[in-house]
Amino acid sequence: MDWLYGIPVLGVLAQLVAYLVEVFPGMGPIVLGLATPIALGALCGILNERSGVVNIGIEGMMLTSAFVSFLVAGLAAGALGSQAGPVFGATLALLIGVLAGIATGVLVSLLHAWLSISIRADQIISGTIINIAALGITGYLNRLIISGNPRLGAGTFRSFSPPDFLTDIPIVGWILNMFLAKGPIAMSVIVLVIVVQVLLFRSRWGLRTRAVGEHPRAAETVGIDVIVMRYRNVLIGGVFAGLAGAFLTLESNSSFQNGMTAGRGFIALACVIFGRWTPVGAFGAALLFASSDALGIAVQLRPPRAEFGELAAIVAAIPVEIYSALPYIVTLIVLAGVVGRSTAPAAVGQPYEKESRT
Amino acid sequence: MTSPAPPAPKEGRAGASRWRAAWRASLVPLCAVILGLVVGAIIMVASSGVAAGGFQPLLPLQAYGALLQGSVLSFNGLVSTAVQAAPLILAGLAVGIGFKAGLFNIGASGQFLLGAIAASAVGYQLAASSGWVAIPAAMGAAAVAGAAWGFIPGALKAWTGAHEVVTTIMLNFIAATVVKYLITGPFGVSGFSFDRTGDVGNAALPILFGRDGHLGILIAVAVVPVIWWLLWRSTLGFEIRTVGANPSAARYAGMHPGRLTIFTMSLCGLLAGLAGAGQILGISHFMNASYSTGIGFDAITVALLGKAHPVGIVLAAVLFGIMRAGSPLMQISAGVPVEIVDVLQAVILLFLTADVIVRRVFRIRAPKGTVDELQTVTRTYGEQTSV
Repeated sequence: MDWLYGIPVLGVLAQLVAYLVEVFPGMGPIVLGLATPIALGALCGILNERSGVVNIGIEGMMLTSAFVSFLVAGLAAGALGSQAGPVFGATLALLIGVLAGIATGVLVSLLHAWLSISIRADQIISGTIINIAALGITGYLNRLIISGNPRLGAGTFRSFSPPDFLTDIPIVGWILNMFLAKGPIAMSVIVLVIVVQVLLFRSRWGLRTRAVGEHPRAAETVGIDVIVMRYRNVLIGGVFAGLAGAFLTLESNSSFQNGMTAGRGFIALACVIFGRWTPVGAFGAALLFASSDALGIAVQLRPPRAEFGELAAIVAAIPVEIYSALPYIVTLIVLAGVVGRSTAPAAVGQPYEKESRT
Repeated sequence: MTSPAPPAPKEGRAGASRWRAAWRASLVPLCAVILGLVVGAIIMVASSGVAAGGFQPLLPLQAYGALLQGSVLSFNGLVSTAVQAAPLILAGLAVGIGFKAGLFNIGASGQFLLGAIAASAVGYQLAASSGWVAIPAAMGAAAVAGAAWGFIPGALKAWTGAHEVVTTIMLNFIAATVVKYLITGPFGVSGFSFDRTGDVGNAALPILFGRDGHLGILIAVAVVPVIWWLLWRSTLGFEIRTVGANPSAARYAGMHPGRLTIFTMSLCGLLAGLAGAGQILGISHFMNASYSTGIGFDAITVALLGKAHPVGIVLAAVLFGIMRAGSPLMQISAGVPVEIVDVLQAVILLFLTADVIVRRVFRIRAPKGTVDELQTVTRTYGEQTSV
């Protein structure tokens, strides 16, 4: 491809492609890991918004679950010991931690459901309160409990290592590696995305969910209980947000830091819009954001060498800090470009009131 | 969209009934604060059982006592309460004005950071010139930088329909990296063990009272009547409130919702930028690369608790000023981490939103037939057409 490098503009593009091909085998598995919490958060957002509830509290749900997962798994590891199992290096403590994370996600989403469906509070304000509360309470408990116990922790799930003959195949092998060389939660995301996609568009539950989000009054008329349907979906969404939190402290990191979700819950909301409220689309968007994140990491770790020509000069000219802001910048651009052309469920954000008898 | 619009704000001058209305409006927030403090006390006792190994039932009294001692029961405490409250007033207004226009500005912390970096850069450049020049220039630069950072989500919403909730959060993260880049790069000065900007010298705000009661407090207080006048006595304010109450009615009346959205977000950014300038020019006099702020969430709390009204925002800002000023002493003498303030904040907000609980506990009757401005923020979330 070197002969292309001389062409203006197009040459730089060719250099970028060559560079990406060079770093991809190493960066591939990182991408799915970065996409996992975003994709799970997006699944949570889709279930909420498809049934007519805006949930900007995903960030807070993730953070709370990340904290509880870490704490419970750490305490369980202390009590039960950490005997690594044969699959993914799973220990009983880690599994308990994941369950605790999911339970926390469901519990926090119950609060959101109650505030936004039963109380009919403004849904964005309800979500904001969850975010503020999550940051405050985890920060307080982190200082109180975890800071004093530096040895608390249960380690992490191990990644699967796919056999070499698969990953050595050019391109196909690299992509397989990207999806297979991961821990259990990251790998389960692919399955969850497909399952939710199929259920949402091919099952009775999915049809009812969409009906409740598009035209709750009509849904009520044919005998669907709007309130119950919305509650159920917000709670199921909590499962995904909880799993995302557990992923952060039990699979990708082995510690908890204040505010460690770093905006992923909000990027997930952008994925929901970019993916047009479909799980597969949102997963694709999550991969895009994760790739931009991975590109930022790659450029900092292995900047393009001089033989890539102008690309090396361009990369060197852009300050390092900008690369770490790349996912946020991409989110902003995507949102500005796409939002007008994708259609939200019609009743999103509107509290539902049963037909009054006045 | 059929969300009922709040009734037109009453402009009457009937004295007694106005006071009664104000009292009624502040009843729920007041009771939410009381309930919040009670729940905070329960959390302290419960967590003392986990952390210290034994329940300490008197801990809340000790903690709240220390909190008051560090904030209102001494002159120095009062001064530091004012110092803490000043940025909360400005940032609270930055969120509250947004609410009036039906916008939710979660981006106060990004706008604050941009204001802070602009003030420190201009302040450093003018460090040697007279304060009469340096201070207005630095504050002005902060106002412009903050307004520019607020303009972006406003324009994105008006032109593309991208909802400000996600865009302002993204801009917060981007602001943090921009500031870090500027301080480690072009705006940094050498000769220190860490990356920081140069000292602002004569651009520092003069200390007017006590140990650190700087001019920024007066600026914050002076902004309040200006904003009140703008919102309730000017045509522009009327248009802003109309757009917030009912965008389609505003459009039919010949107003330009898009332009008003951009203007309001820029104004919000300007105020948050001033808050950032006050912190740099009034207190630290320089900015380091790891400078971070939690003011965005504090500002939302203040604006919600103050019901987006300038007077309410001042009162709420003073309340959180007390908590922020008194919490270090509380941590030292009662051993309760300062992070409890964040928990209290969340609990108070929760009661404020779930006002059914507050009304049941304190037997307050719910007003009939009104919709709060604070219940219309989600309205534009699912809308694709630009405003």
